[in-house]
Amino acid sequence: MANLAGTTPASALTAARSSQPLLTIEGLTVDFSGVQVIRGIDLTVARGESIGIVGESGSGKSVTWLAALGLLPRTATVSGSIRLDGEELRGAAAMRLDRIRGRRVAMIFQDPSSALNPVIRIGRQVGEVLARHQGLSGSSIRAEAKRLFELVGLPDAERRFDAYPHELSGGQNQRVMIATALAGKPDVLVADEPTTALDATIQAQILDLLTTIRRETGMALVLISHDLGVVSETCERIMVMYGGLVVETAPSESIFASPRHPYTQGLLAALPPFEGALRQLVPIEGQVPEPENMPPGCPFAPRCPQRMAVCEVTIPRLAQTEAGGFSACIAGPATEAQKPLSLKTSVLA
Amino acid sequence: MTAGILDLQGISRSYSTRQGLFGKKVPVHAVDEVSLSLKEGQTLALVGESGSGKSTTGRIALGLERPNSGYVLFRGTELPATDTPAWRRMRAQMQMIYQDPLAALDRRLSIIDQVREPLDIHDIGSASKRNNKALAMLDAVGLNASHATSLPYQLSGGQRQRAVLARALIMQPALLVCDEPVSALDVSIQAQVVNVLMDLQKELRLSLLFISHDLKVVRQVSQSMAVMYLGRIVEFGETHLLLSNPTHPYTKALVSAVPVAGRRTRERIILKGEPPNPAARPTGCAFHPRCAIARPECVSVCPTFSTLPDGRSVACHAVHTNPPTKEVGS
Repeated sequence: MANLAGTTPASALTAARSSQPLLTIEGLTVDFSGVQVIRGIDLTVARGESIGIVGESGSGKSVTWLAALGLLPRTATVSGSIRLDGEELRGAAAMRLDRIRGRRVAMIFQDPSSALNPVIRIGRQVGEVLARHQGLSGSSIRAEAKRLFELVGLPDAERRFDAYPHELSGGQNQRVMIATALAGKPDVLVADEPTTALDATIQAQILDLLTTIRRETGMALVLISHDLGVVSETCERIMVMYGGLVVETAPSESIFASPRHPYTQGLLAALPPFEGALRQLVPIEGQVPEPENMPPGCPFAPRCPQRMAVCEVTIPRLAQTEAGGFSACIAGPATEAQKPLSLKTSVLA
Repeated sequence: MTAGILDLQGISRSYSTRQGLFGKKVPVHAVDEVSLSLKEGQTLALVGESGSGKSTTGRIALGLERPNSGYVLFRGTELPATDTPAWRRMRAQMQMIYQDPLAALDRRLSIIDQVREPLDIHDIGSASKRNNKALAMLDAVGLNASHATSLPYQLSGGQRQRAVLARALIMQPALLVCDEPVSALDVSIQAQVVNVLMDLQKELRLSLLFISHDLKVVRQVSQSMAVMYLGRIVEFGETHLLLSNPTHPYTKALVSAVPVAGRRTRERIILKGEPPNPAARPTGCAFHPRCAIARPECVSVCPTFSTLPDGRSVACHAVHTNPPTKEVGS
């Protein structure tokens, strides 16, 4: 685009605004009846960025975003700050949140069939968002819904307007969910395991679709997944969570080539390779800690092969690594990153 | 034909289902003319998406379902009729584990009681010997004495799946059918269970029929694999050949759809359309509505298997290596 070279005052202003993060989370903690499950998360999402949040079950990757959008039940105590374009969302009035959720930040979930209302035609469900957030009515709703259905690749969009969720397949329902999420023209789409319930070839279609839409609309994408492969191929930046903390964040290319945190290294070593020689998988011994029995120091210390005495008493802070990332490890940054491919290879075939 | 430990010969299984509440019954061909052979001590992976018939094939292999046609041979002998004493004797040598270990375990019984139960049922050894054997089996899958006295809910997902594995292996079966055994587990735990399974396979000379949709795990554990689509096998051969150089367009798409950590830009084959409904199976090659290279004959004629020089079988009109019917000048 030409506006990069010729910086008119107007485009300079846009550039300045876009360098400021769109969404900022600072010191986020979440407690469920006295048990802390999110223990201080800091993160920023820039405009148009794609960020992947990875972690095993119980790491807090979904709760972080439910808390950010005020979607947790009243039993949860949330503290910290969540700002969208500088506007504080934590503790915001329900009416204000209603204008933000769906309009500026949209979220889609793993199971599309339970997120859609089974007794309402899908056209009306998309139409509801269009009426609320775009102020559309009547035939313009139908036209816009049809455009969205076409955008998400729902075949036979015109006829599908009057279909019920049970008449569609899982992949098609997820497309409807994405269309509904896009109806408010959000700045950020938070997708929580959007392809986990789908078959492999359909997963490929949906991930491809999310990337295409992000490029075309300039929307930021937060992709929450347990699958390192899924985030690796879809996101520019990766954030690894463990025990309610962020343990490593880095650009996608560097985190897989040279993981710094022992947990990230462990995850990659545990993953069966799909290319190259077969090797013995190296599991991470032990279990993910329960929130009520969280170790006092680094949450990963009990399972960590590089554990030192200090790890059991101190919670490490994120520190910058040379590859433009951050890792929360006392032992890690000093040692040479262990690449999973340099592990012992063995012929298993 | 070389007899393996398990041979499926042309098995088919159909169910009838109603279309709508009052609609007429239509047959659904869950498994259609499937032939497979598993060699002793090896692992055969069955891969495919939901509705491809891979789980039904696994159940037929154990005699839990009868095929409408075709034969199941275990060590060269046809499987006796289900629920007969002869079948029960044979079934002690064939076990199965499922995706959800919590559903497979009795919530009110301790782990050791459940692992020992098959020995109790078949009345093998004295009570103390049975207990010791069960403890030894638990030890082999990496569970200790304190896990043994626990109830299922007190264990983590990976530990439960190991308990299920211990129970399946205590009768020293020759064949283990695993239906998505590690799909519900986190990556770090999945590696623990995969390693235990492979170590025990070597030690006990187990043969595995490994049903999975995860090609990364399939690559890790299996020597041969069969790709199923809507009840039929579309490609069958050595795992490393199929994954490094898939031939059938569906296998190609499946392989290219595998998300690989650390790989960003690549060409992914994005299939058009949805996996079709087994109740409305397309004519000819069932894959033709989604196939990029479909030809007119694919719509009407179901392709037969051709064997490639590397030993794999492929059912696709576009693959002709032994062209017996190739017309002159075409």
